[in-house]
Amino acid sequence: MPARVRPTSPHAEIYRWQIGNTLSILHRVTGAALALGLIALSYWLVSLAGGADSYGSAARFFAGPIGLIVLLGWTFAFLFHLLNGIRHLFWDAGRGFERTQRQLSGWAAVLGAIALTLSVAAWVWSRLS
Amino acid sequence: MSLRSPMSRVLGLGSAKDGTAHWWAQRVSAVALIPLTLWFLFSLLTLPGLDYETVRTWLSVPITGFLAVLLVAVLTYHSYLGTMVIVEDYVTASGMKVLSLMVLRFLYVLAGGAGIFAILRVVFGFSRL
Repeated sequence: MPARVRPTSPHAEIYRWQIGNTLSILHRVTGAALALGLIALSYWLVSLAGGADSYGSAARFFAGPIGLIVLLGWTFAFLFHLLNGIRHLFWDAGRGFERTQRQLSGWAAVLGAIALTLSVAAWVWSRLS
Repeated sequence: MSLRSPMSRVLGLGSAKDGTAHWWAQRVSAVALIPLTLWFLFSLLTLPGLDYETVRTWLSVPITGFLAVLLVAVLTYHSYLGTMVIVEDYVTASGMKVLSLMVLRFLYVLAGGAGIFAILRVVFGFSRL
């Protein structure tokens, strides 16, 4: 039976866009992206167990242009999800709810994730060349 | 004396006594993943190379294999809890919701199981049989 159409209160679209809701959405988006990363991790492990040939084809994909871009994306997704997740854990402990703390920790999570992603990329780049 | 109405008592839709179980499991697995994921990232970044022999030799060490199994297991669990909430939020048709959650669970058992089985194959060296 289709649900009756009921009046709803205005939501998402009428509120001012700000760091809090942006990072909340980004936390979920990066989490979903990392779920796909888990499948890739499993694929990589299975290819390793399968022997040199199967590992070689997996490694060729990850070392290719598409693979490297995807890995860079997953690196950022992981680092942001990690930092923002720690932010959530502090909230769960009842800390960091002041307006300035919320905004500062939010920016710290975003900028920290970007800085760490660039560091990882630079590290990998220096090892490749 | 109960404060519940007679109708509420007849319907019997009270607390199922596990209201915080999902929420808490998400937090516990998140805390466990902080050291596990950082160990994995640092290990891969500091290996002499990511070629077949190097990675296989690294993963064959019992402590590495053990930590990798823990990583895949906790990652699968945490990721499953997270995507479960996403499905519950956005898939509203009840039949479709049950089906999606079931498929999701199968996929996670498959991805996690394959990853762990692959690590065990590497550690115990069955791939060459």
